[in-house]
Amino acid sequence: MTASLSAPTSRAAWLERWLSQLPEPSGPLAAVQQRGRQALSQLPVPSSRVEEWRFTDLALLQDLPLTQAAGTSATAAASSDAVGLCLQLDGSTDPLAGVALPAGVQLLSESELAQGLGHTLAATGCHDHWPVELNHASAGRVLALRVSSRCKLRLELHSSVSTGLLPLRVLLVLEEKAELELCQKLEAHGSGLTSLVLEAHLARGARLDHGLVASGCSDAALLAHLAIEQEPESHVALTSVTAGWGLARLEPRLVQVDGQATSTLRGLQLVGGRQIADTHSHVLFAGPEGQLDQLHKAVAAGQGRSVFNGAVQVPRAAQRTNAAQLSRNLLLSDRARIDTKPELEIVADDVKCAHGATVSSLQTDELFYLQSRGIDAEQASGLLKRAFCEEVLRDLPAVARRWCPIEQWQLEDA
Amino acid sequence: MIRPDAPVLLEIRDLHARVEDKEILKGVNLTIRAGEVHAVMGRNGSGKSTLSKVLAGHPAYTVTGGSVHYRGENLLDLDPEKRARIGVFLGFQYPVEIPGVSNLEFLRVATNARRTEQGHEELDTFAFEDLVRERLKVVQMDPAFLDRSVNEGFSGGEKKRNEILQMALLEPLVAILDETDSGLDIDALRIVAAGVNQLATAENATLLITHYQRLLDAITPDYVHVMAAGRILRTGGKELALELEERGYDWVDQELAALAGEVA
Repeated sequence: MTASLSAPTSRAAWLERWLSQLPEPSGPLAAVQQRGRQALSQLPVPSSRVEEWRFTDLALLQDLPLTQAAGTSATAAASSDAVGLCLQLDGSTDPLAGVALPAGVQLLSESELAQGLGHTLAATGCHDHWPVELNHASAGRVLALRVSSRCKLRLELHSSVSTGLLPLRVLLVLEEKAELELCQKLEAHGSGLTSLVLEAHLARGARLDHGLVASGCSDAALLAHLAIEQEPESHVALTSVTAGWGLARLEPRLVQVDGQATSTLRGLQLVGGRQIADTHSHVLFAGPEGQLDQLHKAVAAGQGRSVFNGAVQVPRAAQRTNAAQLSRNLLLSDRARIDTKPELEIVADDVKCAHGATVSSLQTDELFYLQSRGIDAEQASGLLKRAFCEEVLRDLPAVARRWCPIEQWQLEDA
Repeated sequence: MIRPDAPVLLEIRDLHARVEDKEILKGVNLTIRAGEVHAVMGRNGSGKSTLSKVLAGHPAYTVTGGSVHYRGENLLDLDPEKRARIGVFLGFQYPVEIPGVSNLEFLRVATNARRTEQGHEELDTFAFEDLVRERLKVVQMDPAFLDRSVNEGFSGGEKKRNEILQMALLEPLVAILDETDSGLDIDALRIVAAGVNQLATAENATLLITHYQRLLDAITPDYVHVMAAGRILRTGGKELALELEERGYDWVDQELAALAGEVA
């Protein structure tokens, strides 16, 4: 992928064109669309000249069809029962049409939406973030739900696009001690861009278990922002899996507003061919006694490129923070590339912050052990690759785990 | 059990091998017939473990001369997996931990690879569970180990029992057990040895590689070979092991020095 770089100050012609072809702002997000377009017309397209985007130049988006996807194929019928909701998000139709909401779940009102939308994005430092503004500029719908205090909900969100732009916007508010298991599936089957901006606000003692499985194809791009705000005693477990995208940029951004919360991040990204997968995570402890347990894994084959940047901010207020971050990478080819970097900013003095990174190829001794039991080399390396991925996959909620046919994800060797 | 008319399973002739630039095996000769139990003893660095790895086909070792035939077939031409499928088994001195690969799945895939080679049908999950539960008894192993990752977090004794369990499932014709006694306490040694004895038949053969006599108290060898400087220096019956235990290995050095003198 060769990118034609625009100078940081000049606006890209393709983006100008795209902006000019957007329909007039309308609907509940009209004001947001207006602001997003305004921002995009001023912000430079992220390019490798900017540190944050050093390895992932978005100029290549210009080669993708970015007119809004017309029809998406349903991968599961919308349904609901006493504790669960299964919805299709296609960016244009109402995902809740004809669906009865279970007890304890409400749609946010217009005024609540006006107040809540963008709050967590701001709290997690997404101001003027280009991919977020792209979503703002184009998303016409938002799924905005509140889970009532002490209620439990299972929510499945399905999105599948064949070609074009699919902007998805989700806002979730979890009241005190509410529990949400969110399984989200993103699929792309052709050339285009999936843009996801999800905000979640967890009140005291709330719990979010989010499994995100995104499987794309080589001419599809994914830009996903997961902004999560945690009050004390809340728990977040976010497990993400991306595979097959020509370009995937995932930005989980968490803030523990008063510390004393628990965050568990698990990430797995698979690249082959000439694919790029880039995870930039950001965790801010704005109060004391917060906990983070983060494991990010990548498998890079062919000429694939995997990028991980794990930012953890521990300011003076965040005493007795306990954070651990580990990046483990499997390099399957001489021409694949792994870039991994912890980015710890620690000001508080009474904290535990561990981090580590490993990059390795398949272990000769492990391969030989399997071969010495009659398992052929190809099957042995398949078993080892699956084993490497399993450490993340096993933390997905059961429904999302079934969406990962890891046996079918072909990881080409060099 | 020595039967001169029993078929030859393994025939090693003047085997030379090196790892990186270092020559380790310098002309090993050994013939193993069905029904026999052989023990190879010797000091650290004498080439015992190298011999076992070369026979199993470890990629780090290069054969530089000589031949190995298994039931008439040139073993050195075959990939490690093929050697295993046709009935050559290596029990590892240090069994490898493989996090994330379930022990049960590993055992099933391995067993089916061997069965396919033998012209038997593959076992499905249920049939295999029945088989493995029966074979677990050979090494008195807790079925809970099946649900764990291969060797992950196993104690030294549990790893060795897992090796013998694999042997019980694969039913090799030549089992090479590389220091299977190392890291075992008395009870575990007794269990492992009983397992090996139970699996020995008139049709198969065992090659034990060990430092110590104590394994040979539990598994009686038909032949004991003393290895030094990459060769088999002397071959005898089980009394040779007792002699080694009594006299240590110093006499080996003297014999080697004498040999060197003759050559000079």
